[in-house]
Amino acid sequence: MANSTRKPRPRSPNVQIYRPQLTSVLSIANRISGIVLSMYAVMLVVWLLAAATGPQAYFTVQVFIGSWVGQILLFVCTFSFFLHLCGGIRHLVWDAGYGFELRTIYVSGWMVVVVSAALALITWIVRMSMPE
Amino acid sequence: MRSSLGRALGLGSAKDGVEAWWLQRVTAIVLAPLTVWFAVSILVHMGSDYMTVIAWLKTPTATILMVLLLTGLFYHTALGLQVVIEDYVHSAMKIPALLGMRFGCCALAVVGILATLRIAFAR
Repeated sequence: MANSTRKPRPRSPNVQIYRPQLTSVLSIANRISGIVLSMYAVMLVVWLLAAATGPQAYFTVQVFIGSWVGQILLFVCTFSFFLHLCGGIRHLVWDAGYGFELRTIYVSGWMVVVVSAALALITWIVRMSMPE
Repeated sequence: MRSSLGRALGLGSAKDGVEAWWLQRVTAIVLAPLTVWFAVSILVHMGSDYMTVIAWLKTPTATILMVLLLTGLFYHTALGLQVVIEDYVHSAMKIPALLGMRFGCCALAVVGILATLRIAFAR
């Protein structure tokens, strides 16, 4: 701090030098899915606003959601939602003081991956089987 | 709110970090059932026309749960994005980014809630 001519110190943690592990990947995935979901929160408000405005505005939004871009966005939303939900529940269990053993951490981590992928797929299968 | 450990050790900024941490969890617990309710409702109404969706949003249950969802969602989002900004933005943009994010979340919550109420109370 006193010597301003010194080279800037390396910042920690330099995550890029580590081999990605399930724990670190899920940690950043929870954050990324949270950021992604905050964008979908904006879309939720747009959808509500369109519904409040009238049939014309609502129809426009529905047409966008029905397009292939909208459908891809909706699938990303579904997966991000379940990933963040399952990851969040895992965090709440940790906050309650449970599940810190290394083995348990990996078991719960893989559970998050498998369960969120399964829930996203089930949701999409149900959605596909719905009459239009 | 301060943790007992934080008070005992006398470390940290002695402000309201624990409260933000705690409210992030409180809103998470509330959002888990609310978001699942919303996801299932949307799935059910996937093929519904405008009037059916409006009729659903007009039911007291849907209106109340939607307002609660929007409140919890944007509170949780604001707390989450605050941590993200504090972790990655170290320039002079940090405070403007935090303010903009807060204003955005508040505005979106208000707009969403008013849209819901407008649907609920429109004849």
